[in-house]
Amino acid sequence: MIFNLYIYDRSGTCLFYHEWNRQKQVDVSREEDFKLMYGMTFSLKSFCNRISPTDPNIGFTSFKTSQYKLHFYETPSGLKFIMTTDLQIQGDIRFLMHTLYKDVFVEYAIRDPECELNKPIKSKLFSEKLNEFIQKQPQFGNIAQTALSSIVK
Amino acid sequence: MKIYGVYIINRAGGLIFSRDASPKIEVEKTFSYPIDIKFKSYDEKIVVAFGQRDGIKVGHVVLSINGVDTGFQDEGRSYNMTKLKDGREILKILDDESSYPLSIKFGRLRMTANEKIMLLSMFHSIFAMSVQLSPVPRSSGIEVLEADTFKLHCFQTLTGIKLIVITDPRCSDMNIFLKKLYELYADYALKNPFYQNDMPIKCPLFEEKLTQAIDTSERISN
Repeated sequence: MIFNLYIYDRSGTCLFYHEWNRQKQVDVSREEDFKLMYGMTFSLKSFCNRISPTDPNIGFTSFKTSQYKLHFYETPSGLKFIMTTDLQIQGDIRFLMHTLYKDVFVEYAIRDPECELNKPIKSKLFSEKLNEFIQKQPQFGNIAQTALSSIVK
Repeated sequence: MKIYGVYIINRAGGLIFSRDASPKIEVEKTFSYPIDIKFKSYDEKIVVAFGQRDGIKVGHVVLSINGVDTGFQDEGRSYNMTKLKDGREILKILDDESSYPLSIKFGRLRMTANEKIMLLSMFHSIFAMSVQLSPVPRSSGIEVLEADTFKLHCFQTLTGIKLIVITDPRCSDMNIFLKKLYELYADYALKNPFYQNDMPIKCPLFEEKLTQAIDTSERISN
């Protein structure tokens, strides 16, 4: 099941955020949440590059806690895609994020003349297409089912 | 599977035990003028900034030139790797056409003790952030961290001590080893009458038993 997705540009501006199944809301504002997430992945990246026993190539890719898994994908131009999922997730999420970048981000954000560079994406079309793309993934999971399971708990 | 490092951090994020077994990476090559690698001086070291080739990677440090090691001690205090042992500046030698051909040895520097303390306390706060940012309630901190060259396994005890093991990226489950490490910590560090809580562990018996546990774990998984 996919929880949420953050897209950052190379300077740390959150270009896009969407959540599908987030069950716990942060007690700080959205902006603070974006900054905290960017700060964490930024530190993780430099941490991994230094603590790596051999020469790193791509470095940090994902981490896992008892409840969720966070996947990190960075393009050579510095765009960062961060996605959190549950632990039962199957398949390669970094590949999914690469496809998302290639088929949705480039097509509907970069090629949209109205989308300003390095500014949060306001395009309706982009968020619709992205939603469509994520929801047709086999990893997405069923919202109705999860709602039910949280009631049972 | 290879175990590259074992670290223990206390509740405050201080490193109280570390064991490092990362491999030595060194490349030596002879160059003629002009050299196609860009260097920069960073943190008292001469680092490759651009131009990866023949096993020389960005981030590698110049270790020796024509067999003369780098590292210059000023009145026995600062350790400056921008100069050779005989006092000559490396960047000047590299720019000087008459000093070529040069045989330069590059390598990846191991973490220094200070760096380890800094990095592990950084992990301590990242661990706390991962709990904050969880999209699901009641999440623990980072248990497994994956990168392309290693995998980090972390086990937090009920008292807040973090046991961290760095292994090969193919290694799947380190729970048994982490539990064993916890047992050793409880038996040989905490039961040592000379050990003060939250202070660096300097117990020879603990280190000895840990070496045995690492050997066993590496043998079983192979």
